[in-house]
Amino acid sequence: MAGLAAIFGSGAMTNSIREIEGMEIIFIIGSNTKETHPVIANCMIKAYRKGAKIIVADPRRVPMVKFAEVFLKLRPGTDIALLNGMAHVIVKEGLQNDEFIREKTEGFDAWKSSLEEFTPAKTEQITGIPKADIIKAAKMYGRSRKAGVFYTMGITQHTCGTDNVRTIANLATLTGNIGREFTGVNPLRGQNNVQGASDAACLPNVFPGYQKVDLPEVRRKFEQAWGVPLPPKRGLYATEMMTAAVDGSLKALYIMGENPVITDPNQHHTIKALENLEFLVVQDIFMTETACHAHVVLPAACSFEKEGTFSNTERRVQRVRRAVSPPGDARDDLSIIMDLSRAMGYPMDYRSPEQVLEEFGRLWPALAGITYDRIKSRGIAWPCPSKEHPGTEFLYKDGFAKKIPFMPIAFNPPAEGVCENYPFVLTTGRNLFQYHSGSMSRRVEAIEKHAGEAYIELNPADGEKIGIANGDMVRVRSRRGDVTIRARFTRRISAGTVFIPMHYREAAANVLTNDALDPDVMIPEFKVCAVDILPMEKMAAEKPRPA
Amino acid sequence: MVSLTINNKKVSVPEDSTILEAANRNGIKVPTLCHHPQLTPFGGCRLCVVSVKGMPKPVASCTTTVSEGMEVATSTPEIENFRKLVLELILSDHPNDCMTCEATGSCALQELAYAYGVKGQEYAGERRVYAKRDGNPFIERDMEKCILCGRCVKVCDEVQGVEAIDFTYRGFRSKICPSYEDDLDCEFCGQCVSVCPTGALTGKQWARKGRYEGVREVDTTCPYCGTGCTLTAHVKGNEIVRVSSKPWSPNEGWLCVKGRFGYKFVNSPDRLTKPLIRRASGEFEETSWTAALEYTAAWFKKIREQHGADAIGGLSSARCTNEENYLFQKFIRAGVGTNNVDHCARL
Amino acid sequence: MQRNNIEIRVCMGTGGVASGGAEVLAAFRQEVAASGIAASVKEHCSTHQVGCRGLCAKDVLVDVAIDGEKVTYQFIKPDMVPRIVKEHLLENKPVDEWRVGEDYERFGRKQIKVVLADCGRIDPEEIDAYIAIGGYESSRDVLLNWYPEEVVTEIKQSGLRGRGGAGFPTGLKWELGKKAPDDIKYIICNADEGDPGAFMDRAVIEGNPHSVIEGMIIGAYAICAHHGYVYIRAEYPLAVERLKRALDQARERGFLGNRLFGSNFDFDIKVKLGAGAFVCGEETALIASIEGQRGMPRPKPPFPVNKGLWQRPTVINNVETLANIPTIIRKGCGWYTSYGTEKSRGTKVFALTGKIKNPGLIEVPMGITLREIVEEIGGGIAGGKALKAVQTGGPSGGCIPASMLDLNVDYESLAKVGSIVGSGGMIVLDEDNCMVNMAQYFVKFTQEESCGKCVPCRVGTKRLLEILERITKGQGREDDIERLETLSGGIRNMSLCGLGQTAPNPVLSTIKYFREEYEAHIRDKKCPSKTCKALLTYSIDEKLCKACGACLRACPAGAITGEKKVPHKIDQAKCIKCGSCYDVCKFKSVMRD
Repeated sequence: MAGLAAIFGSGAMTNSIREIEGMEIIFIIGSNTKETHPVIANCMIKAYRKGAKIIVADPRRVPMVKFAEVFLKLRPGTDIALLNGMAHVIVKEGLQNDEFIREKTEGFDAWKSSLEEFTPAKTEQITGIPKADIIKAAKMYGRSRKAGVFYTMGITQHTCGTDNVRTIANLATLTGNIGREFTGVNPLRGQNNVQGASDAACLPNVFPGYQKVDLPEVRRKFEQAWGVPLPPKRGLYATEMMTAAVDGSLKALYIMGENPVITDPNQHHTIKALENLEFLVVQDIFMTETACHAHVVLPAACSFEKEGTFSNTERRVQRVRRAVSPPGDARDDLSIIMDLSRAMGYPMDYRSPEQVLEEFGRLWPALAGITYDRIKSRGIAWPCPSKEHPGTEFLYKDGFAKKIPFMPIAFNPPAEGVCENYPFVLTTGRNLFQYHSGSMSRRVEAIEKHAGEAYIELNPADGEKIGIANGDMVRVRSRRGDVTIRARFTRRISAGTVFIPMHYREAAANVLTNDALDPDVMIPEFKVCAVDILPMEKMAAEKPRPA
Repeated sequence: MVSLTINNKKVSVPEDSTILEAANRNGIKVPTLCHHPQLTPFGGCRLCVVSVKGMPKPVASCTTTVSEGMEVATSTPEIENFRKLVLELILSDHPNDCMTCEATGSCALQELAYAYGVKGQEYAGERRVYAKRDGNPFIERDMEKCILCGRCVKVCDEVQGVEAIDFTYRGFRSKICPSYEDDLDCEFCGQCVSVCPTGALTGKQWARKGRYEGVREVDTTCPYCGTGCTLTAHVKGNEIVRVSSKPWSPNEGWLCVKGRFGYKFVNSPDRLTKPLIRRASGEFEETSWTAALEYTAAWFKKIREQHGADAIGGLSSARCTNEENYLFQKFIRAGVGTNNVDHCARL
Repeated sequence: MQRNNIEIRVCMGTGGVASGGAEVLAAFRQEVAASGIAASVKEHCSTHQVGCRGLCAKDVLVDVAIDGEKVTYQFIKPDMVPRIVKEHLLENKPVDEWRVGEDYERFGRKQIKVVLADCGRIDPEEIDAYIAIGGYESSRDVLLNWYPEEVVTEIKQSGLRGRGGAGFPTGLKWELGKKAPDDIKYIICNADEGDPGAFMDRAVIEGNPHSVIEGMIIGAYAICAHHGYVYIRAEYPLAVERLKRALDQARERGFLGNRLFGSNFDFDIKVKLGAGAFVCGEETALIASIEGQRGMPRPKPPFPVNKGLWQRPTVINNVETLANIPTIIRKGCGWYTSYGTEKSRGTKVFALTGKIKNPGLIEVPMGITLREIVEEIGGGIAGGKALKAVQTGGPSGGCIPASMLDLNVDYESLAKVGSIVGSGGMIVLDEDNCMVNMAQYFVKFTQEESCGKCVPCRVGTKRLLEILERITKGQGREDDIERLETLSGGIRNMSLCGLGQTAPNPVLSTIKYFREEYEAHIRDKKCPSKTCKALLTYSIDEKLCKACGACLRACPAGAITGEKKVPHKIDQAKCIKCGSCYDVCKFKSVMRD
């Protein structure tokens, strides 16, 4: 998201979900929309029924491919080559938006020459996509002025995640497909309130509303509002905290509603970090894999048991309401934090969640106009600077804060390539039925009955090569660990690539994944790592190989 | 705009409107079972027939578009008799077991039968009997209650793009089911359940939890993915018995399997109910809130004194509300004194 | 003896094949070869198959023409072939006892053959046979010399109306199709003939497939369509095979594909097999089926001519309609209008079946009387029984009582008495036919073929059937006739498509003309025509019984007891009312009541 913010000014979806049905071209890259955002996929299908054309780029034949005019089945980690290749075609065909480039952008010529090498032939060679399809997709996107790009973690969870986002932005900028209704760049948020947690600045480098902690005038504003001096330099990212815990510089951790043991890469490393802490407090609704390592566990209320707001992927602030009361002594997180803060000598007294939102809105104008009363029956998308403002469906209607820079991006292969010992590319993700670490969805009996077992998707040809049958248990091993898991043969994945959903603690994909980080935003490379797959009996007979 | 008269009332509606839309727009109720405003017209139940001057037969208002000067009567003795006949026919092949039916209270067929005083005796005859029930864990399919309105087939195709079910067989034996009568194996979004006008499709986990009497509806936002669908929790006592979504919500009433059926974690016996402190033995011990929070505060203060505030970190959650996240980071920054705060946005 | 030209034509329509036509044809080929005639007359001796000529009751029919002098044989079996070859071909003495009789000639006398003119005359598997009689001349002429508008005008003026059942003017349909603004349009030939007992379309495709293809080419040109489909039932394997062969041959000759006949017009035809659903004869259901959907009708409008296949303008014509086109073009609309009545021009093909002496396929000018068809062409009722009614239009049609035998057969006249021309089914019923039972038969058919979409058809016809069933079982209730009428009115008015709307016709028309039969079933628990088993009792008149034991042996249920010289008895509890005893008794001692 930081990648997008650096280019256009904000890291959020530039369009609203409603606008999808008005788009001519829907370009889905690195998003299994039908499974991870099913209801957004419905909007895309609605657009499709109205005549929109859909392009899907993914290493797997994801369900949305059923509706795609073009399916670009790329090798994992080659998004930059594909996007540069498409830009190459658009420029060669003269489909770029010259007026937009002239008026709103800078650095076009230098960027243009950086595309030279990405000929369709070269792009085919890198991505594995037939060049005719690359050209077709490029022309479709390039000709349209109502084209939306949609992506999720398939783009960001790479060591080059920020560069991936930049190349998407370049493509949108090249065609002027941004800043108007029905056209834009749209990162789809994976979790219910990622947007809100970011807006609220559960981030080490910014205060609420993306106001930089290292800017003195910003800090002064917050010091004044909160009545205490505030630390001037950025803090540690989550992944950095784990490293700091391992090396001993981080001593205590307060985790609210998170389960890093399952969701962070390289599980052994995460557990080691947590075990090394002097004090760990976990506040959650279940005894999660992370809570097991805590010194204090605080029982919290779930979203059906409290009042508040969530901000969805289109920046829409929506009400959360209490339907039932929490079990036993469990309490809503607000009151827990307030009590803890008081005990720490920093009393915070709010009579209602709405008071908290009001304070948030005073410190960040984008939320200033949003009150509980206004969002009683329907949420409002920020920016909403005043009580009269209707909210903002699509961003940059009134232009951009500065000229949009074209940024030449070179293609570099993923951090970990396949080799003789680890011949398969593992990519991870989600499935339709389970959610994230599974702490909620795996406790729903029906879901667990239907989709309760971990599996590795692989091409039948690979299965044959390994010497296993569909449904056999296999051992999957990376440089970081190994899991035992059931093999599921499917032609939706290409030979050489395998997929494991992230949700299953008993065969956690993140035992295997690489914790190599994107240097800009510290996102781990979940989407590409090298693994080996062995039949169970063979595994037992063999001695472990050196990593 | 097109001008026409409905029941002698002059009305003006957009071109391409159907007679049904024109009537509804002007507050005139026309009964229907198969029509759904978010799906393409079907024209199967025939209840919405109206009389149009100059037409030899009644026309289905859901599929007939208006034309200039059209004269429509939505309720004539003849039309009402026909509607009654259709209802008689539907009920003649319906279990009529409203006493135990999940849909009682929200069943369109029940309402119409009541309004028309139809019992289904006039043409009593053979009824479809299906022994087999579907083994999937989400959707109960009681096909004896199915009136073949086709809404489920349409929503599955038009909205969900899955095409898991369709009409099969012919004549009286016509039945809606997955191919080869297999068990349902689809995305289980439950869109079909939400549009079913009878009790043919219901949620398996709703069974005997509470129908519509004494049920509170609470509108809230789905706790799963970032789409942020508005959903309605149906609450009886202190238990969520069902989840639905309203058609005028931003998500147009559509949900996915997690949103519609994934609420059961709320009542899980695994829920944490007491604060826990780990004792020297390594075991967790239940404690009071005061004890737990004072213990925690003491630890944080000790570490801050010994190693500085930057030895403490906080991880918040994309699962929590805006207010909680705001307060959490405020606590870490202002209460503890460090910027070591992050959440799982990237994971 | 010098003979220049010998032609042997063996009927190989489905009827002919079923009666052993293939074996007869093979026998002729073998015998002719063995006899040495083929060698002596060389290429002038041909033995070939032809399509149906109509009188299937007398299959296998064989023409032997020597220098144009034709003799037609009936009921030919392979073992009869050597004698024909020996006596007729070699000795020039036709085998008189096997020749067709006077009724064969009478069968043809009142018929005017346009569509069927060349069925039974030419080899349907050989395009040259069609070309030799002027085939593809009409389409060549149209494509090279006519404007599409002229074609439309010609067909409009011919007065040709859709032969599929509804009788919509073909020229008008083409005009609407032509006017529909779209680059992509379709023409579909509806060959999904589904009425029980009807085989008009099958016979045309089996006997002269090229005439249908040529009709489609002309139609496509008239409406500017470049893609055609023939939607044909998979249950017609021979028709499908001949159609596909004909399409291949036409394509080879450049009559289909790109730049037809050297013009700028492109057109080709695909064959789509139906899965045997009666409802797929309905236009919108047929379209759904071609699109790969379940064949279910959708409401009209929009009509297919505006939004049809893949949402494009689509003209759908029935086989017989299209087969008329080449001849109308060749002979002119003036010639065509010389047949038929003012509103119903030309000829119509009927499948004449039932209790008639000469069942078969007939083509008659519109306006002919039912009497002419039944008594002259059909040769009257078989077995000397009395005519009761004529059922036209199949499951969608109605019954015309014997008293109306002088009715003209055309769209308007039949509609006036509660029946329809339909696609051309014509069933002759005699005094042994129970009208309630007949209505029940057709309602059972429509009920089973209902697509299930709309309530009146799906459930309504089921209830209609149940009421008819209980009447024929002697369980009818006093108010059942009224109930049938109410229900029928509802189904007719409320059903979505033609299948349901017309489904009550067999019931309503029989109630109208044969109400007393219904009343007899309901009140007296009797079936006047002694058809409904449940209402019959078989008993043995002791006075007449000669105790021969024939009935006892014939009874499959062991219901008859008796010894020599002791009159036999029927145990009513065991009797299954099959009528075997009744049929075998030579002394008329078995009574049916």
